[in-house]
Amino acid sequence: MNEITKPPQGFDSGTTSGYDVEEVRKDFPILSREIYGKPLVYLDSAASAQKPRRVIDAMVTSMTEEYSNVHRGVHWLSATATTRFEAARKTVQRFINAREDREIVFTRSATEAVNLVASSWGRTNLREGDEIVISQMEHHANIVPWQMLRTEKGIVLKIVPIDEAGTLLMDEYEKLLGPKTKLVALSHMSNALGTINPVKDIVRIAHDKGIPVLIDGCQGITHLGVDVQDLGADFYVFSGHKLYGPTGIGVLYGRAEILEGMPPYQGGGDMIARVTFEETTFKGIPHRFEAGTPAIVEVIGLGAALEYLMELGLDRVAAHERDLLAYATAQLLEIPGLRIYGTSPDKASIVSFTLGDAHPHDIGTIIDRAGIAVRAGHHCAQPLMDFYNVPATARASFALYNTFGEVDALVASLHRVREIFG
Amino acid sequence: MMDELRDLYQEVILDHGKSPRNFRHPEDANREARGDNPMCGDKVTVFLKVSPGGVVEDAAFEGRGCAISTASASMMTELIVGRTEAQVKSLFESFHEMCTKEDHEHVHHDGLDDEAMEKLQVLAGVRQFPMRVKCATLAWHTMDAALAGGTRISTE
Repeated sequence: MNEITKPPQGFDSGTTSGYDVEEVRKDFPILSREIYGKPLVYLDSAASAQKPRRVIDAMVTSMTEEYSNVHRGVHWLSATATTRFEAARKTVQRFINAREDREIVFTRSATEAVNLVASSWGRTNLREGDEIVISQMEHHANIVPWQMLRTEKGIVLKIVPIDEAGTLLMDEYEKLLGPKTKLVALSHMSNALGTINPVKDIVRIAHDKGIPVLIDGCQGITHLGVDVQDLGADFYVFSGHKLYGPTGIGVLYGRAEILEGMPPYQGGGDMIARVTFEETTFKGIPHRFEAGTPAIVEVIGLGAALEYLMELGLDRVAAHERDLLAYATAQLLEIPGLRIYGTSPDKASIVSFTLGDAHPHDIGTIIDRAGIAVRAGHHCAQPLMDFYNVPATARASFALYNTFGEVDALVASLHRVREIFG
Repeated sequence: MMDELRDLYQEVILDHGKSPRNFRHPEDANREARGDNPMCGDKVTVFLKVSPGGVVEDAAFEGRGCAISTASASMMTELIVGRTEAQVKSLFESFHEMCTKEDHEHVHHDGLDDEAMEKLQVLAGVRQFPMRVKCATLAWHTMDAALAGGTRISTE
């Protein structure tokens, strides 16, 4: 494979200064392996990103040298594990620029973070007839928890439409916000289209009407980062594994004032101040929402991932990914019969596409044999697939370790698909 | 590597995938079921006309799927017509074995099965692609559900 790190001559993308992707790739052990005898070309980071050595080492060290339960016990290991665990919370705080570390709640996943808000905040604050505004492009994780609440509470879901390019219709959004709107829950960036939503405007418009906002940041944070104080959202959720960290760990950021007013999500150990059989008093935030032994090793791994990203520089990562997106878009559109879904002017490095009559599943299988991993399916966004009237798309997502040579390999493999499907 | 792909995407499969047979909704169908593959979003509805004596007189399907699932559904509708419910079930068992087991044997060795299995052999390539077995069997599971009275099934 042609391992080039800059776009070929004649392609003007604006170069990525000082970003040496080949050096970065060395940080990710899995990237040197082969699949079916071909170098792995991993273009599925939007589903889950690969892990740098730093994360793997931090987790191994935690388990081999510093492991114990946290927030209990007076012994050295417990104290050390607790220190590492809470240091990771501070790292998350720093990464998203939260005002306080107690605004960071660790969950099992971003999905659980949305469910936590639906269950705790939603059940407390919503009444029959109240409205929640979501959009056509949401991931199932930001649809289904609200539907479950709809069944329970009789609330109403309002859907912000998108245009053919996959851009949120902001006029329609504004019109949907009425006296009954109690929450706006929208994604920072579409996992299926790559569209970046104007979340700052979204928050400002909602707040002008006194409506709180939850932003699903799973995709957005990996490409753009987030400054939650600048953004102003009341809740921001994301997962660890898409941010080059481990699975099994997600984050709910909530403004302290709003978290303070929320009842616990689950009951159990680690979330109580005092328990008698007559009465239990709960801890303050964030521990009130973290019942049970947390994902200690995973939290430490997530902290290591965020340290790694901050050292690498999110701006440089974003610039590299923008170049990859521009190059991939131009190259893919050269392939006869290829259609890209999601052509919003403001998008990050995800390219969803179909190719002639070939079903995305067939595309995925054929290019897999060339060592190329893409997602083929509905991307947990079936209402969006219905909007475009396709059962599925193939999705190539580009991350900080992908190269221009890998884009070329993808393009070459898609020509192979065209050969087979004539 | 490419040989396995060629085994999977044989001309017969590509032909059935592009021009599926019996892709229609018969008005006199008396059994029907819908199948979903939640992993990829594929959907298929199978329509059967079964005689009072339990013989499949017509079989058809509608839906959207990949080349493998469409070809499999198309070939199935051609092969099950004229068979009794018991014969159809036995063919499904043999087909399922072929898709999942390297050293498969036809479950029942009646003449009907052998002839149909020879035609279905073109789908045996999915064995090398475990993620695609559900594509090949979706229509069959759905047909089985239709025979059983019609319901909605999911391959998960």
